[in-house]
Amino acid sequence: MLALKQFRDSTRAWLEENCPPSMRTPMVPEEIVWGGRNTVFTNPESKLWLDRMAHRGWTCPTWPAEYGGGGLSGGEAKILAEELARINARVALTSFGISMLGPVLLEYGTHEQRMEHIPKIIRGEIRWCQGYSEPGSGSDLASLGTKAILEGDEYVVNGSKVWTSYADKADWIFCLVRTDFEVPKHSGISFLLFDMASKGVSTKPIQLISGSSPFCETFFDNVRVPAANLMGRLNEGWSIAKRLLQHERTMISGFGLASGQGDRGGTTSTTASLEGTAMHYRGDKDRLSDPALRDQIAQFKIDSEAFALTSQRSSEESKQGGPNATSSMLKYYGCELNKRRYELLLKAMGSQGLGWDGDEFEAEELQVTREWLRSKANSIEGGTAEVQLNIVAKRVLGLPDMLSLAGKT
Amino acid sequence: MAMVLNEDQQLLRDSARNFCQNNAPISVVRRLRDEKSELGYDESIWQQMVELGWPGMAIAEQYGGFEFGYTGLGLVLEETGRTLASSPLIASVLLGASLLSEAGNGEQKSKLLPQIVAGELRLAVGVDEGPHHAPSRVACSAVKEGTEYILTGTKSFVLDGQTADKLIVSARTSGEPHSEGGISLFMLEANAQGLQIQRATMVDSRNAANLVMDQVRVSEDSLLGVEGLGFTALDTALDIARTGVASEMLGSVQEVFRRIVEYLKQREQFGVQIGAFQALQHRAAQMYSEIELCRSAVLGALRCLDDPSATAKDRAIMASLVKAKLSEVSETVSNEGIQMHGGIGMTDEFDIGFFLKRARVAQQFLGDASFHRDRYAKLHNF
Repeated sequence: MLALKQFRDSTRAWLEENCPPSMRTPMVPEEIVWGGRNTVFTNPESKLWLDRMAHRGWTCPTWPAEYGGGGLSGGEAKILAEELARINARVALTSFGISMLGPVLLEYGTHEQRMEHIPKIIRGEIRWCQGYSEPGSGSDLASLGTKAILEGDEYVVNGSKVWTSYADKADWIFCLVRTDFEVPKHSGISFLLFDMASKGVSTKPIQLISGSSPFCETFFDNVRVPAANLMGRLNEGWSIAKRLLQHERTMISGFGLASGQGDRGGTTSTTASLEGTAMHYRGDKDRLSDPALRDQIAQFKIDSEAFALTSQRSSEESKQGGPNATSSMLKYYGCELNKRRYELLLKAMGSQGLGWDGDEFEAEELQVTREWLRSKANSIEGGTAEVQLNIVAKRVLGLPDMLSLAGKT
Repeated sequence: MAMVLNEDQQLLRDSARNFCQNNAPISVVRRLRDEKSELGYDESIWQQMVELGWPGMAIAEQYGGFEFGYTGLGLVLEETGRTLASSPLIASVLLGASLLSEAGNGEQKSKLLPQIVAGELRLAVGVDEGPHHAPSRVACSAVKEGTEYILTGTKSFVLDGQTADKLIVSARTSGEPHSEGGISLFMLEANAQGLQIQRATMVDSRNAANLVMDQVRVSEDSLLGVEGLGFTALDTALDIARTGVASEMLGSVQEVFRRIVEYLKQREQFGVQIGAFQALQHRAAQMYSEIELCRSAVLGALRCLDDPSATAKDRAIMASLVKAKLSEVSETVSNEGIQMHGGIGMTDEFDIGFFLKRARVAQQFLGDASFHRDRYAKLHNF
């Protein structure tokens, strides 16, 4: 306990000295740091903050120090998080390398692969994207058809991916490819890592209902990938893919908590509470004038608080095991909560929450409209709500699988 | 605040589970109902619970208790919820002893709390006066005359009111009919002159009563706390009881859900287990998610009661949160308990109906979901 106390004191002192002033203000979407070769820092203090945090490995506090991580224990990492929260410090680096690839690279990658990729993730030098969904393979991800054929010491990759988040901005991709077409679908998938600058890779952004284009179509035309870039064993990529999805779901379920990152629809949660916004638009002295809305907001807040306690309980229960089947439950519920939150914001704001453009609306109001639209994807990305419920039914409750009864899987 | 149980708490939970499964199974509820039991619980089972120390779980050592905290008492109540084991734990211990601890003076506590721990004294608490929970709506009056108070009015839905040795009631000594100020608390003997106790036979087969007080005279020593300032202590005790009842509800909800999942794996139609149908799987998975939230909410609220740094407002917020959430989920799960069992769920021979009946009474008791969402919103200033 004494050691933890000392750790807290030294961490607090270090943060006081090293966290620049503008990094203690609420995050704005255009200043989120994703890292990568082409990063442009609109705020120079973002770079300073990233470099200082990365130098200590604190962008990935619990990753092993031998690869440049913070090497902190769970208890120390919790203290670091509390001390960061105490000064309202911004997240220094947000990336799919941190939230998705890194954990499975540490679990399944070779020493050489870790040495090559982990330090660059920690320092924000390489930005990763996720090559999973394909036009014909959404919820039935394992039916994917992008193929990789071994020729000498290279795989030749052909096919296409869709809903690849920020593929147009990413440097490298972790990609599911089919390496055996003769076996059942789950048994012929491999996990490849390759450079998006490789010859034959192209991307095309997809415009969404929110007006933004965070997702791309990604095409592979005879892309040559060194065989050493295979992660895990040949044709055994599906278990890595599922493991990574658990990490992704844990990340996405976080959007049901108040700490949403702007990427998935959630920056307004950090600046104003739902009930605060509702009071601004519909308050009458000390209470909301619409009793039905008031009841719904109370119910939402109760569920949010119970959900936050559940996330806490789940992480305490699974300290040793990492994410587990409950990550599907958390993903399902967290996403439903985030969608409910935006619907309630809209109800509270009335027509002021429905602006698209122009001077008749405050910037924050326009942001709510866009984030509301963006939030609809929460229960689709990372496995739809329905897929999560299937996983809970099968893996947690042990209910029979109709598809396997029908001989379809 | 850790969200996992420590070793002592796990042991307590396991022993309470064993006891309820083996000594207080659901067949006891059926027997009590069929016998039209006046008591609403089984006296010999209650005495065994007393021997296990359950009434003293959350009571201070100086009054003969074990200071195992409300988390300990909550874990026990959760296990009683799994088998619907009724006992004076709720009326006398959770509500009565808590109110006595909050409002009573040293003498009152030294005299009565050890008797509760020993199972020698059973309390009941009369708060509401109509069909809905409204603790500040007190029309019942207490008028001071010399060294006595004269109480006149009615109380409804008084749990164990007919079998208690003593009753604590709220009465108005001043103030408007809806105001929190002016409410005082009094201890009455069950056989006090002018006190009529009428059993209200409820759907859950437990004991509840309506009280009529017609010029009941009590000495001024029977006042608990300060005249006119009883509401704060009352609300604090109610928050403890709301949290404890939510723990009991959690046990019932988990048991109903366990029975549902078991049935989905066992019942076959169209040549397959009905649990293979996605229409049922998704409802089951959604219930599972809600129940996980309930488990965390109950543990969070119990921890808050035991946390010396928590304020009365913190406890009120958590109590309303957990009672609202459990009331909502308990309604859904008890209904699905019937629906997913199909026709057999409608039969009296099958036990699932007992859970539905108890669920609704527990939902109403000390405030339903809408009462607590309103209170939660007020506590959060919106």
